[in-house]
Amino acid sequence: MATIQMPQSQKKPATVQKEDAMLLQKEMINRNYHELATAHETGRKVSATFVPGNLNELLMCFDFARSLPETNALQNGMRKKSGKMIMDAERDGHSEDVCTYVKADLGMMLQGEVGPTGEKLPRPDVLLLSYTGCFTFMKWFELVRQKYDCETVMLHVPYQGDGHISPNMREYVVKQLKEKVIPTLERVSGVKFDIDRLRQYMRESTKAEEDLVAVLHSAKNRPSPIDGYFGGVYYIGPIFTAFRGAPEATEYYRVLRAEIEERVRAKKGPVTPEGELEDEKYRLVVEGPPNWTHFRDFWKMFYEEGAVVVASTYSKVGGVYDFGFRHDPDHPLESLAEYCLGCYTNLNFPQRIDMICRYLDEYQADGLLINSIKSCNSFSAGQLLMLREVEKRTGKPAAFIESDLVDPRYFSAANIKNRLESYFQMIKQKRAAAGAAVH
Amino acid sequence: MRCFIGIDLGSTTTKSVVIDEERNILGRGITNSRSNYDTAANIAKQEALVNARFHLFRGALKKSGALNGGLDEFVGQLERDFRLEQFTEQLADLEAVCGRNVDGGKFGDFAKPVVAALEETFRRLKLEAPELFAPGAKRKSDFFRDIAGSRYLAIGEEVAKAAELRYDFLLNIFDRSIIEVENREYGDSISKNLLAALDRTFRVLPEAAKRGEAIRAPIQGVLETALEESYVIGTGYGRARLPFSKEHVRSEILCHGLGAHVMYPHTATVLDIGGQDTKAIQVDRQGIVESFQMNDRCAAGCGRYLGYIADEMNMGLHELGPLAMKATKTVRINSTCTVFAGAELRDRLSLGEKREDIMAGLHRAIILRAMSILARSGGIRNEFTFTGGVAKNEAAVKALRDLIFENYGEMTINIDPDSIFTGALGGATFAWRAVVEEGKLAEARV
Repeated sequence: MATIQMPQSQKKPATVQKEDAMLLQKEMINRNYHELATAHETGRKVSATFVPGNLNELLMCFDFARSLPETNALQNGMRKKSGKMIMDAERDGHSEDVCTYVKADLGMMLQGEVGPTGEKLPRPDVLLLSYTGCFTFMKWFELVRQKYDCETVMLHVPYQGDGHISPNMREYVVKQLKEKVIPTLERVSGVKFDIDRLRQYMRESTKAEEDLVAVLHSAKNRPSPIDGYFGGVYYIGPIFTAFRGAPEATEYYRVLRAEIEERVRAKKGPVTPEGELEDEKYRLVVEGPPNWTHFRDFWKMFYEEGAVVVASTYSKVGGVYDFGFRHDPDHPLESLAEYCLGCYTNLNFPQRIDMICRYLDEYQADGLLINSIKSCNSFSAGQLLMLREVEKRTGKPAAFIESDLVDPRYFSAANIKNRLESYFQMIKQKRAAAGAAVH
Repeated sequence: MRCFIGIDLGSTTTKSVVIDEERNILGRGITNSRSNYDTAANIAKQEALVNARFHLFRGALKKSGALNGGLDEFVGQLERDFRLEQFTEQLADLEAVCGRNVDGGKFGDFAKPVVAALEETFRRLKLEAPELFAPGAKRKSDFFRDIAGSRYLAIGEEVAKAAELRYDFLLNIFDRSIIEVENREYGDSISKNLLAALDRTFRVLPEAAKRGEAIRAPIQGVLETALEESYVIGTGYGRARLPFSKEHVRSEILCHGLGAHVMYPHTATVLDIGGQDTKAIQVDRQGIVESFQMNDRCAAGCGRYLGYIADEMNMGLHELGPLAMKATKTVRINSTCTVFAGAELRDRLSLGEKREDIMAGLHRAIILRAMSILARSGGIRNEFTFTGGVAKNEAAVKALRDLIFENYGEMTINIDPDSIFTGALGGATFAWRAVVEEGKLAEARV
């Protein structure tokens, strides 16, 4: 079985509990990149797939080494490597308006396919496109296929235009899994599909999902022990990528949950890069992905003002678990279908608005902040209308900022800081006015 | 007396407003932001405090009745004389710095003729200085750099030509000297300059001089009243650079919202177009910001865009509006991108369009962009207040009025001639609130 050994942490758990979960994750990610780099030498086939609607348990059933192109792009973004890659892709003919994840990926290929950790990334043997609302993903894989001439298989997931999943929709996805996806993966990998193996991975997934949800829900406490956006993107790392269903992910979430529960008991705030946040002043809900090229600077603009993100939609982008969905080992293919259909990118506007309003209420947040991504139409289209609707329904103030995923040229620190500070002061002023009205 | 001060550090200009305990505006000051925000903030504040003194002089003189009927003429003359004193002082400073900079200029054998040319240039500058501040004299700008610079260049060119000396020697010295002079503060000499100005004024207005003591007494009284800086609030693009604690800094969006509310209490929507920001703000009945939108990192369609256009056309910034008003039609302009502004302009000129018609199109394009930002913030509600440097531009205002009418119908549109001070006024009001309403403010609870 192609699972990864549980990495040994080098730090003493007693003193730096929090660091442990992060270190653990870093080791997992590095290990995965190493596995990818050596996959072909060790006779393994390589799959590439996207985060939303990823069928990780299924891919593990065929012993694939698993690459996730958006994760590669964002890792390159955080390591300040994406700017050059994007410019290379633009020189190669891609327009300035194209999704910058795509350009970072294509630029990486042009630069010799060296991955974020410095190890070479292998050419994929199969591209599994689980189509969950992002049209660009389809074009992206089309470009990759053109370049590498590799096998592609597409799972078409119908959009939740009416805001619900019908039995027909579920059957349609299951049918494709049975008739198209599984046979293709069998053929490419040479491994026979074993549904019991899938069930076993799903049992692991469920445990990890349970713990992840407990971690995300912990932000309902005051103070919140986590930041559900900047910290959240770390917490979702393993489960949204190559590890969901693997025992080390289960272990990671067990450790993480224990750490967070300890923080709740101790009434501690979230850990930021500059230490623990002690004075929680603002509680926010954030919609939209973060900027990766200036991740730390961006985060700092929040924590230095005492702002904590208690819930975010982005931390649901690889699976919405906090409203009850779990992978189901008793109905493995059906639950894979359900998982894909329920992805955040596959939800319609009213569902997204409901979700945000629910977060504002359940997490006792002060307001909504939207980080609108320049080059991501899937996320950004309609965001202003969502903002207005949420404002109207909740009466809570909302604000809008703009940046990009991995194009450093689109991050204007002064402009974003200006808007954020204005927003925080606006919340404060409104609170003061409400307080004055009460007295 | 207790004063509450707001300072708005913009990307182009720095503004300051001083208010008193009754929230009356005592004075306003403005200076160019330079690259030195600390100095700009201090100078703007000083200007506002000087302006406040004049406001108080006027009040005291009026009360004393010493200048029956001649009050406006007298105060106007005094203010011009004071500006002249200030200008003369800075000019002497510039001359000294230029003199020192000849040494480092590596002029070799030319050092002596350069010194002579400088002496002649400054002699003429000093000679013509009173004309610059004569009643009705038009100045392109009130900033020392602009006034002294334009005259130095003009006179320097003549002097160099006559002396058969290279003009760029003089340019070089000016460029190396002006920043030092510009960044010097003359706070200590304000009283001295005022008293000297008073002597000048009495020479010009002998009728007033006859009542010398009756006039001097209230002025002296005002000069002896300390203007106590009870609380200062900084805002604007450069606010993080102010040497203030966080408690003394407010977002410019909040300050503009509050400033507009103070100017026009029924304001619901505010549009501010400044040097590099366009902001659309919705405020409630108390002047509290409800929502806002602004341009992203790109400064397309902001004041700076007009600056580039002015440079491209070889015109002064304030000449663009009047030129656009002469248009007989509006040329369609597609891009409000500052980088492409020159290209678009030349493109239209090459197609044979008239300059004024292109200008009308450019102004409309800016306002169209502002309209889009306004729509994103929640649209325009009655009353609507337009602020910022661009609100001084009549062509921009015309385009705005037209587009508001087309899109929203009849609206009350407020534009204050001092709208450039809106952010600073909001800051001063925040400063006032912090002190006077202390306790009522819930800041401590957050």
